Amino acid sequence: MQLTRRHLTGALAALPLASLLTGCGPRGDATLTVWAMGNEAASLPELLKTIDWPAGAPPITIQPLPWTAAHEKLLTGFAGGSLPTVGQVGNSWIAELAAIGAIAPVPDRALGLLDDQFGAVVETNRIAGLAWAIPWYVDTRLQYYRKDLFARAGYDAPPADWAGWKTALHKVKRQVGADNYALLYPLNEYEQLTTLALSAGARMLRDDGARGAFSDPAFKATLAFYKSLFDERLAPLASSAQISNVWDEFAKGYFSLFLSGPWTIGDLKTRLAPAMQDNWATAPNPGPDGIGSAAPGGSSLVVFAGNDQGDAAWDLVSRLMAPGAQLKFQQLTGDLPARRSVWAKAGLADDPIVTPFATQLDHATPLPKVPEWERIVTEMQIVAERMVRGQYSVDEAAKEIDVRADRLLEKRRWMLDKGRAL
Amino acid sequence: MSSPALAAIILFFVLPAIASLALSFTDFDIYALADIGNLRFVGFENYERLLANPLFWKAVTNTLLFVGFGVPFIVTLSLFAAMLVNSRWLKWRPVWRVALFAPYVTTLVATAVVWRYLLHTRYGLVNYLLSLFGIAPIDWLGDPHASLPAILIFVGWKTFGYNMIIFLAALQTVPRELDEAARIDGAGWFTRLRHVTLPAIAPTVLLVSVLTVAGMFQLFAEPYVMTQGGPAQSTVTILYFMYEEGFKWWNLGSGAAVAFLLFLCILAVTLVQLRLAKRSGAI
Amino acid sequence: MSLRRWSVTLLAALVALLTIAPLLWMLSVSFMARGEASQFPPPLLPSDPSLDNYRMLFGSFGIGRFLLNSLLISTLATILALLFTIPAGYAFAKLRFKGRDATFRLLVAALVVPGQIGMLPLFLELKALGLVNSYAGALVPWLAGIFGIFLVRQYCLSIPDEMLEAARIDGASEAQILRRIVLPILTPIIVTLALFVFLGSWNDFMWPLIILADQDLYTLPVALAAMSRQHVQDNELMMAGAVVTTLPVLILFLALQRFYLSGLLTGSVKG
Repeated sequence: MQLTRRHLTGALAALPLASLLTGCGPRGDATLTVWAMGNEAASLPELLKTIDWPAGAPPITIQPLPWTAAHEKLLTGFAGGSLPTVGQVGNSWIAELAAIGAIAPVPDRALGLLDDQFGAVVETNRIAGLAWAIPWYVDTRLQYYRKDLFARAGYDAPPADWAGWKTALHKVKRQVGADNYALLYPLNEYEQLTTLALSAGARMLRDDGARGAFSDPAFKATLAFYKSLFDERLAPLASSAQISNVWDEFAKGYFSLFLSGPWTIGDLKTRLAPAMQDNWATAPNPGPDGIGSAAPGGSSLVVFAGNDQGDAAWDLVSRLMAPGAQLKFQQLTGDLPARRSVWAKAGLADDPIVTPFATQLDHATPLPKVPEWERIVTEMQIVAERMVRGQYSVDEAAKEIDVRADRLLEKRRWMLDKGRAL
Repeated sequence: MSSPALAAIILFFVLPAIASLALSFTDFDIYALADIGNLRFVGFENYERLLANPLFWKAVTNTLLFVGFGVPFIVTLSLFAAMLVNSRWLKWRPVWRVALFAPYVTTLVATAVVWRYLLHTRYGLVNYLLSLFGIAPIDWLGDPHASLPAILIFVGWKTFGYNMIIFLAALQTVPRELDEAARIDGAGWFTRLRHVTLPAIAPTVLLVSVLTVAGMFQLFAEPYVMTQGGPAQSTVTILYFMYEEGFKWWNLGSGAAVAFLLFLCILAVTLVQLRLAKRSGAI
Repeated sequence: MSLRRWSVTLLAALVALLTIAPLLWMLSVSFMARGEASQFPPPLLPSDPSLDNYRMLFGSFGIGRFLLNSLLISTLATILALLFTIPAGYAFAKLRFKGRDATFRLLVAALVVPGQIGMLPLFLELKALGLVNSYAGALVPWLAGIFGIFLVRQYCLSIPDEMLEAARIDGASEAQILRRIVLPILTPIIVTLALFVFLGSWNDFMWPLIILADQDLYTLPVALAAMSRQHVQDNELMMAGAVVTTLPVLILFLALQRFYLSGLLTGSVKG
């Protein structure tokens, strides 16, 4: 062991470390890096083969991120100045990324990509009058129901208005017996409550997203309706962790209706027994007086601020959004394409399981676009769960959610006062 | 000659630790990260909000449960392993010592992944072994009541070898004659453990407890890999909470407040243990 | 007595088997075909062992890159930690300077403070230095190794002062004394310390998870954690990933376990 300091420093100097050790910063090299998630990342290499990427253009590298860590990685990338050129971003994160200046607004020449899309989805990506991202695929949540059990109760499909819907659920509940329920609304998930709230026309935030509006009559009506579903024993007092396997329990008839997105179509098709396949269907959400609403979801493509590599980034986005690429993308992933014209070509327009999603997307309403939104709904659901379990009345719960939302929005109000918030 | 090391310690350890306290009095968040002009001094507000946050209390409770159940469990496990390996009737001692120590040097993330599959409800070896004794499958990582024991089993498996080595060194200082004399007097195994062995190694039991408490307060990768804090937040530890507060929500001010409270907890527990040990005359 | 001898040994063998069973199972499943392990009762041995999982990991998953990252970071961390801590540990043991004992007492007290306390400010500090998302950022905590200083100091205390005095009288500089006299004596503890740092940095998870955003820089544990979230159902593939991640350190430990275990005792039994 004759390791001396001089030997070591000599060895260190010999390694080509200088470039390795320092921060990478925005890539100076010529590759165009794309961050994508899960299924979409897995299908991108195949998709890229079909887009005729010009030979002289920078080569493309794909970096997959797991969905559950993607949000953290995007923000670390922003903090470390190491964001890639193009990224797939969940639509609910766009407000945040725009607010901190991590993404670049869509330039005029790419605005055409937003034609031929669902209005509510495009609207989700519009903040402070600018479009910030191009929707890539769309989704939303609607109801999956057991056709056979609803038929036994005397219905072809769940009625579209709240009163009729609830009557139908009561009849289903009578059919399935005391140990089973009509619907599953897991108490730890906020999507059910926000979907009801959007259907009731509740705005949830007011004053340019600076304060909670959860005490509005529309939201209070939503809370009361939500609570009644549990009080009348139509839904079990359960969180999703207690339902080990949604598909199994759905097939067993533990519940006959639940809320989910298009990703569940594939799960039900592969996981339910063949005999079960004719017994389920999808339907748009109910509202107080007819078809209700839903939050438009899905992912968009963004170009990160300052990394646009000339025209290459938006050129890539345009090519990925071309109708041919969208069709190929749908075939590879099963995702619902953002461009409406592609739905017909993909045979989605007359698939009875999928068409309700188009109907629902036409009846979708964007959620409030503030960076704090996810925290606000997380708090909202904590309060709602306690209300359902009897700790708060509807009025108290509404007030409590407002208090918590206002607290989370305090910084935003300060930023708005200073003219620093989007 | 110590100056480069001291400089590094000050720059990358002392300074951040102190800055953590300062940071906890600000509202450093995603807006401030984008533009430092958006930073404000907020006094004790982060602390007030944390103390009013049920998820924070859930994390504290979980961590205390990990300490409360984990420390006796792991200390006992390690002590028995050490006594077994120290037994004078044992052949090929070094082989068993290395085998029992091996889990400690494995990569935590890798073995957490392995255990996630071992604890699988339907196909896991653990449930299979239990089924041989007629025990129904346990949903280890999906049931909020089973998830904490599940992680403890993994942590126990991973760390008992380390404590065992420390106990082993202490046990070797206990004179064999003492134990032998008690045996001739007719004292049973448990009586000798209680009246001969334990008093002789009391300071080591304390040392191992302190180390294990510190380890329990630092659980992070285990829930991150095995349960992601779930189900129903039953495995969110303080450190996991700090990570989410800091690097998921980017509330660095609030995250720093969590870090500082964590430090106070560790300090308090360590001091209490030392005090107890002094009173009972262990050291 | 022979019965007793065998029953104790048998018990130890049983406990040892139970302890390493998860590792053996990991190895066995890594050679299984896709989906083979998801049966009841779980199979213990692959019916048709193959290297397909490893081929896939090194092929389409590019785990070789993460392996290199881990090797590079752990090696550099080890070298840097030795460069920083050995002179410091020696100085605290053998050189007289102002405030030496007080500083050392402070350092020992600081051992109680977990590094995670300063993680958030350290992130901001490194952001200011431009080291977020770089190997250097991942290495930084290993420079501030108080434990290493402590370990080296304890060992240095056993070096007789007369030996150093004699060299000083012969006109040797402190650096020369360290190099020619102290280092050879310290060899065992240097190996131990190197082993500690190498294993520690190889197994480290939280800090690289935070500081490395770019996948090209991921270390094995960070990459494995990300992969295991994406491919939960690919049991066999993940086991192969776990083998690649943990086998190098396990082998290193088995080869040098004597140094590791003795160092562990020097470090923890503070006396």
